[in-house]
Amino acid sequence: MTAHGRELGLGKDLIGLESLTGVQIEAILDTAEPFKEISERKIKKVPVLRGQTIVNLFLEPSTRTRISFEFAQKRLSADTVNISSAGSSVQKGETLVDTARNLEAMRIHMVVVRHGSSGAAKFLADRIPSNVINAGDGQHEHPTQALLDLLTIRDRFGAIAGRRVCIVGDILHSRVARSNIWGLLKCGADVAVCGPRTLIPAGIEELGVQRVGSIEEAIEWCDVLYVLRLQLERMEGGYVPSLREYNRVFGVSSERLGRAGDEMIVLHPGPMNRGVEIDSDVADGPRSVILPQVTNGVAVRMAVLYLLAGGRPELAEDAKVAGS
Amino acid sequence: MSGSFLLAGGRVIDPSTGTDDVRDVLVREGRIETVARGVTGPEGIPRIEARGLVVAPGLIDVHVHLREPGAEHKETIRTGARSAAAGGFTTIWAMPNTDPPLDDPAAVGFVREEARRWARKGEGGARVSPVAAASLGLAGEQMTEIGGLVEAGAVAVTDDGHPIHDPALMRRLLEYTQSFGIPVLQHAENMALSAGGVMNEGAVATALGLRGIPNASEATVVARDIYLAELTGGHVHVQHVSTRQAVELIRLARERGARVSGEASPHHMALTEEAVCGYRTEAKMNPPLRSEADRLAVRQGLIDGVLECVATDHAPHHYEEKEREFDDAPFGIVGLETALAVCIGELVTPGDLPLFDLIERMSTAPARLMGIEGGTLRPGSRADLILFDPDEEWTVDPANFRSKSRNTPFGGWEVTGRVKRTIVGGETRYDEGG
Repeated sequence: MTAHGRELGLGKDLIGLESLTGVQIEAILDTAEPFKEISERKIKKVPVLRGQTIVNLFLEPSTRTRISFEFAQKRLSADTVNISSAGSSVQKGETLVDTARNLEAMRIHMVVVRHGSSGAAKFLADRIPSNVINAGDGQHEHPTQALLDLLTIRDRFGAIAGRRVCIVGDILHSRVARSNIWGLLKCGADVAVCGPRTLIPAGIEELGVQRVGSIEEAIEWCDVLYVLRLQLERMEGGYVPSLREYNRVFGVSSERLGRAGDEMIVLHPGPMNRGVEIDSDVADGPRSVILPQVTNGVAVRMAVLYLLAGGRPELAEDAKVAGS
Repeated sequence: MSGSFLLAGGRVIDPSTGTDDVRDVLVREGRIETVARGVTGPEGIPRIEARGLVVAPGLIDVHVHLREPGAEHKETIRTGARSAAAGGFTTIWAMPNTDPPLDDPAAVGFVREEARRWARKGEGGARVSPVAAASLGLAGEQMTEIGGLVEAGAVAVTDDGHPIHDPALMRRLLEYTQSFGIPVLQHAENMALSAGGVMNEGAVATALGLRGIPNASEATVVARDIYLAELTGGHVHVQHVSTRQAVELIRLARERGARVSGEASPHHMALTEEAVCGYRTEAKMNPPLRSEADRLAVRQGLIDGVLECVATDHAPHHYEEKEREFDDAPFGIVGLETALAVCIGELVTPGDLPLFDLIERMSTAPARLMGIEGGTLRPGSRADLILFDPDEEWTVDPANFRSKSRNTPFGGWEVTGRVKRTIVGGETRYDEGG
């Protein structure tokens, strides 16, 4: 420990934000700060994770998160291998526990896992000694997404504590919503959810959030409007009657934003359904921080990789030059 | 003389006769001859010391999955019956959701005969009574040949695991079964409301990101079945009641005189949805573990007698089937070898149900409810009985189960009450020391 050292105590894995403290989360965000600059360089590579072997195990389709992790890993000089479900042994019927054991037998350092079942990341983490980073498990958590959202909010407002954040849309099926709820609450924000009652999960208030009835109320109340993607398959499930109806009742339009406070910002985890949950003039408008979110995603993931590899928050700046 | 012995000096608890006192029990040729003090018995009769132990009618479990035919890697009729005997059960009802299902007389006859065959070879356990499928292929469409199934040994019908959805089929079943005096056992669940859920709906499921099964999924079917029982006069038995709403519905229906009964499982009385936290697949069963309010209601339902009996829903699964993502793991836990101790710890130790009443709920009540032999030590009755130490403390170690499977949420639990000997028809089928 250095004089300013903090025993972060993150443990071996990053499975979710539910088990972290506000101090730990803020420390991860602090660690992301020095990593932001790497992506702005002409030569975007530092030796922080030289010699680290990382497997990106994406057993559910993903473009943005996988690419963001890959950039973070490559810019930190890690050696990476990508596995996706199509054509892999998983598709041939291999169980997750066997996949885990086989990866481990190849002596890897870390696994970044995306999986369609809630709990799959923890399942993997409990069975292998490598570090496991959850890149989204079912409807449970997507911690690095929430961390990049938190960083984006902090960038704009200077602090997360005391801000009012309303998450709008399909809370029921959203791991992004769950991770954000935990992260925001632990960092001291006021959190509300808004959406069709069919897509608000049972007992959500017991998690410490309030429910807001209409999108108009939500917009008036909040500093941060977090718009979730409406999965098109929700129509088949009968949760909402049609996309048009959803847009009419819950769509975020510039007209509706007329009642927002001056500082209010709009976030979206992507990919967007323009004209469904968010209108184009909002997505591309002055309140939108959707692209800064994507940029922050790489920095936050670098920070998480660095910390789980044993790095210390206060030494991140030095590590960029010397390796960890 | 085979099947003849004297059980000396035990505390005899026989709810059927109101007995709870130190007595000797004389068994001759597989039947109970005398229950009294100071019995010396005929010259040379084997004497089994029962001092300090409870002597009670053998336990009866009307809800057990033996997996044979079709899934013998999970359990067989032999291992399931022996597991039952180790848990103090002398009669178990085998559910028909096997592969193929027990929907024709040959399949029903096979289950009954297979249990008897192992018993003849000296490897028997509890008596096994097959429960037949209510509909062909458990498909919920066409009624099975219930007359023929009863002739082959079926004691009830059910589509357990596949709730009977069609109300018209349920009505016909409740009418038709009256010719044979057997109940329809219903796994009360509306599959459309359950919608692929894997645990109880509520804040815990929300935090875990797991799809929930609402209480209404059970309660709406129970309500419908109650009205159909009242319409027809048939007997509907609600399996593994898990919600406070269902307990309340059954309570009100019984007050009106409807032929509705229900069972409580040890796990629904001992555990809540919190047991799922950490994605523990050994706490995944259907109906799911519910909220604390539901747990208390089911427990109170059994205490009040609204739910007349305890049933385990013993559901063995191979470890590798449970060792997977929570969504993909099968529903169900084993329960035969922990039921008595878990119920003693949950109900008797805190002083909420006397041991006498627990024995009633686990033996005399199911026998009376289902109209079958057993649950009594009356002279002349079959010598189906158990000896157990109600105070012995032990630690549940699934590795020691007689069952082929180990999927229990009670592993490592410190429990009280240990079965010492299980006797079926005068023959010892389980002996802790033996």
